[in-house]
Amino acid sequence: MSAQDLVVRAQRWSKEQPWRLFASQISILVRNEVRRNLRRRIWIYLLALIPALIILAHVILDRNQPRGPAEIENDTQVLAGIVQLYYFRLGVFFACMGIFTWLFRGEMVERTLHYQFLVPVRREVLVVGKFLAGSVVAIALFETAVLACFGLMYSRFGSAGKSYVFDGPGLGQLGSYLLVTALACLGYGAVFLALSMLFKNPIIPGVVIMGWEAIAPIFPAWAQALSVTFYLKNLCPVSLPITGPLAIFTIVAEPVSPFIAVLGLLCLTLAILVLSCFLIHRMEITYTTE
Amino acid sequence: MTPDDRQIVFEGVSKFYGEVLGVNKVSFSLEPGITSLVGPNGSGKTTLMNLLTGLIKPTQGAIHVLGLTPQQPIEFFRQVGYCTQFDSFPPGTNGYDFIYSPLRLHGFGHGQATRLTNEALERAGMTQVARRKVAGYSKGMRQRIRLAQAIAHHPSVLVLDEPLNGLDPMARSESIALFEAIAKQGMHVIISSHILEEVDRISDRVVLMSSGYVVAEGQIREVRREVRDHPMQILVRCSNAARLAAAAFELDHVVEAKILNDGHGVLVCTRDAEQFYLLLNKIVSGGLVEVDAVAPADDDVNSIYQYLIGSDGGAA
Repeated sequence: MSAQDLVVRAQRWSKEQPWRLFASQISILVRNEVRRNLRRRIWIYLLALIPALIILAHVILDRNQPRGPAEIENDTQVLAGIVQLYYFRLGVFFACMGIFTWLFRGEMVERTLHYQFLVPVRREVLVVGKFLAGSVVAIALFETAVLACFGLMYSRFGSAGKSYVFDGPGLGQLGSYLLVTALACLGYGAVFLALSMLFKNPIIPGVVIMGWEAIAPIFPAWAQALSVTFYLKNLCPVSLPITGPLAIFTIVAEPVSPFIAVLGLLCLTLAILVLSCFLIHRMEITYTTE
Repeated sequence: MTPDDRQIVFEGVSKFYGEVLGVNKVSFSLEPGITSLVGPNGSGKTTLMNLLTGLIKPTQGAIHVLGLTPQQPIEFFRQVGYCTQFDSFPPGTNGYDFIYSPLRLHGFGHGQATRLTNEALERAGMTQVARRKVAGYSKGMRQRIRLAQAIAHHPSVLVLDEPLNGLDPMARSESIALFEAIAKQGMHVIISSHILEEVDRISDRVVLMSSGYVVAEGQIREVRREVRDHPMQILVRCSNAARLAAAAFELDHVVEAKILNDGHGVLVCTRDAEQFYLLLNKIVSGGLVEVDAVAPADDDVNSIYQYLIGSDGGAA
């Protein structure tokens, strides 16, 4: 078969089965992007693993401390604080900023985005492929980090810890943390992907988003629904006993059911992705102005 | 098939970067063959190529390539290959993957993409170094690997922005042979180049640009004929140069007739080449002069460039 025949055959195949072509293109884009993302950005690994390293230090240094049920309860609160205050507010937030803004803006800076725009791939498919790739990297990284934190936190309690995890509320809490972490990656990921298409330097808008996520609880319910942490807080299995001004980070003014929270965050993510698909059509290759 | 399905058509295309003009009111259509975009730096050649391939969008007007637009990316980019001037590559990539990965996005399976990759590497003379990282390539090799990527999927329209830059003479002549072979298959090859001698040798037609405007476009001879401000130069190699020069001077449209230093020919400058050729026929048939060769001396791209754009780059 000649090269021309191969070309004609591929053209026919993509015309007859466009959805299979899209699926194959998305899978190739995800593979390429994941490979690119995993190779870079050491600081994101640090951001994800710092709490686990601190807990590890705590396990080693406090190995002679008492390990009763009161300490388990106390460490459960500490873990909830790490997830809710560190990961959701800082770790996942900044890591997603680094990963997702780099998907398009980074290629602009490296002057390689034109290669993506010169292949027979719909730009919407490009957005979906890159978003999924960023999600795979962020979720894999932070799920691993949360798992490591959880494992280290309860492993030092020996059989009492094992009992808390497998016979008590531990596994349920772990499941919730993993779900919430994945949702946080998707939500923040979509936000930063869209920001990278709207702004040349998404850092300042990123700081504004961070501020919005912090103060959203003081706004009416409909405005809170536009914040990622609103949904995440509703899904957290352990509430933190924080009082005073800092309670704004943990308080849920108008709670919703877990189902609504998951669905709400997925809908918000989808809406932002649709916006990104619209924005990418306006994107031009003008490296000299970057 | 309608003419538009074989043509590249620009209809009143303008592009402004804010208040800066990229190109203005560009309208022309191109038939298959080799078309060269010629003009000084900043004249709008790259802008025109980026518009054609959808990397940037026109502020006004429309562009159709074989009846398609970049808004139909799947059909469009199967037909179009673009070798840009951007000398940048995905970090860590090697020559082989640089061609193979986009082919997979075209919808080719592993075996098909492998075959097309190897074929493109061979055509660009890059097979030996394909597994090396692109970051370690010389400028000429980077140019050739980009060319290989642009031709790998057998496009019907090949757009090449300064494709001969950085190539050694051997690679340059191989590349030109490749462009000519592609054009002979009925494809469009659109080249921007500063090397006017080579443009002249390979082009079927030229588009001359200056300061964002198309100054002239068409086949080189046609364009030359349109440049009426500058008389055509015709070189006649003959036996009795003085007799021919005297006869030529009797014609109103001949502004200059210079006998060559060796005395075996005349360089005639005329505003009406057809009339001069008629006179020449008459003289030759009268047996007064024996003609060895007749050739236009300034219907090349270089002369047209000098007449229309000038050596300073501003449109004359």
